[in-house]
Amino acid sequence: MERPTRTPLEVEEESEGDLGARRMIVNFGPQHPATHGTLRNIIEMDGERILRLEAEIGFLHSGFEKISEYRSYNQTVTVSDRMNYMSPLCNNIALAVAVEEMMGIQVTPRCATIRIILAELSRIADHILCVGLQAMDLGAFSLMLWAFTEREKLYDIFENVTGARLTTSYTRIGGLFRDVPHDFDEQVRRFMESGKKTISEMEGMLDENPIFVNRTKGVGAVSGEESISFGLTGPLLRAAGVQYDVRRARPYLGYDQYEFEIPTEKEGDVYARYRVRVREMYESMKIVDQALKKLPKGPINVSDPRIVLPTKDERNLPEGGMEGLIYHFKNYMHGHGVRPPKGEVYVPTEAPNGELGYYLISDGTERPYRWRVRPPSFYNYQAFARMSEGGLLSDSVAVLSSLNIIAGELDR
Amino acid sequence: MDPTTAVETLQQKFPEQVISAHEHAGQPFVHVKRDRIVDLLKWLRNDGGFDMLADLCGVDYLNQGMPERFCVVYNLTSTASNARFRVKAFVPEADPVIDSVSKLWKSAPWAEREAFDMFGLQFRGHPDLKRILLPESYGGRPLRKDYPLIGEGERQNFPRYTKEAHGKAH
Repeated sequence: MERPTRTPLEVEEESEGDLGARRMIVNFGPQHPATHGTLRNIIEMDGERILRLEAEIGFLHSGFEKISEYRSYNQTVTVSDRMNYMSPLCNNIALAVAVEEMMGIQVTPRCATIRIILAELSRIADHILCVGLQAMDLGAFSLMLWAFTEREKLYDIFENVTGARLTTSYTRIGGLFRDVPHDFDEQVRRFMESGKKTISEMEGMLDENPIFVNRTKGVGAVSGEESISFGLTGPLLRAAGVQYDVRRARPYLGYDQYEFEIPTEKEGDVYARYRVRVREMYESMKIVDQALKKLPKGPINVSDPRIVLPTKDERNLPEGGMEGLIYHFKNYMHGHGVRPPKGEVYVPTEAPNGELGYYLISDGTERPYRWRVRPPSFYNYQAFARMSEGGLLSDSVAVLSSLNIIAGELDR
Repeated sequence: MDPTTAVETLQQKFPEQVISAHEHAGQPFVHVKRDRIVDLLKWLRNDGGFDMLADLCGVDYLNQGMPERFCVVYNLTSTASNARFRVKAFVPEADPVIDSVSKLWKSAPWAEREAFDMFGLQFRGHPDLKRILLPESYGGRPLRKDYPLIGEGERQNFPRYTKEAHGKAH
């Protein structure tokens, strides 16, 4: 058996004057700590300057799109939260919203509000960690610890609500797996107090910190027009001056009833992305605050027994009649359950990293014919070569952490 | 441009290319032939205002009664008017080649590589068409409908380091 070949450290032939080390090819990843995941970059360098960068991905490919073609729609929810492991709830919600749009289901007001609160809390969890890791990559280690402390509090909330910290699988088509616990409101408010304080402390540490500013301003800048051509979305696009946010452009779950700003910066560099993320966290807190105030009472699931499972009481009590049992049985029987009509939809949502879209094709059965995810990290990472080429190797670390690439979502 | 206007104008401007127009759940889209796909998308980008290629992916319509077996789906977005539009270009199984749109959008190259990787679709004029998610030595095209979920033995036959073959290295 042949050994797999490795890219050797190639050194151009020695010539006089330049000591023979003009051009080097360096492997950056897949095990480098600054990649925060399994990414490999093959970098051709002239001294410290990057001439050419080729990104190699696929180390975490798990075949999610293929697996999902063999699962029912509710089962694919569990697949979706394994994709972006920084904000799994946003993935759950995006999938549920897509299937509901295909079936024409309107979720209950309470369900929509709970989903919005959890999506925005996930956004904060993602952004705060991204900023913390960005600071750590540039030498400010304590910010990473602060960020993790805050995210731990958010994960406690998620655990309290969904029963899991990472593999949340919280949404169901037409509703939620269960209602939020009674101390949810109190817990979120407690987090918001401490979170706001930590974020403003982080701002104080970084905004005018000469080390951070020197290493981020003007680094990895792309124009708004080029960002659109690259398909960049989310904070990266808004940092380049394009005011585009799916929550505003194509409101879902009633986002149009909330007041919030879409923060934009002009420069499109690493510093602008950091600023956009920080400002977005404040906006998310505004949304959470409004949503908590108006959190309506009522059912969390739509009242359609063909889609939603009956509650335990309906199923077990003899006075409930046979119906609960029959509905439960029919939901799980082969050829029954959630069956969208024949057709296809592409439904975008605003995930922390950008536009997370689901392109679903239904052939009328209980399993999707095609289950395609538009992962924001995939398109964002494609622009990495363009942002790093011509810069220093150390700058590429700053650029990479500002892209916030999640390998699980990148490779699916 | 409004998606419904886009459909009508496309039918006038490219009558031979547009096979049919559809709508599902309020989302209009067109089925087109692959021949002048670059011209068609270029017109949508420049005159239609759909400046972002949000997503490009392949679909395998095996025995589904579609015009051809394979399909390349272009999900377009207009960042100015927030409109969305979808173009589906059909590619026959016998000759799975379509022109690459990587000159129109910088987001296209990797997405086309993924469609090549997963479905074996060829993109003419692509700068660097090779597998992206799977290793180069992988044989199958996993997202095709005739590819089994369990795989075709690629996983079992992966090259492995064994003590017998490589024991002396340590």
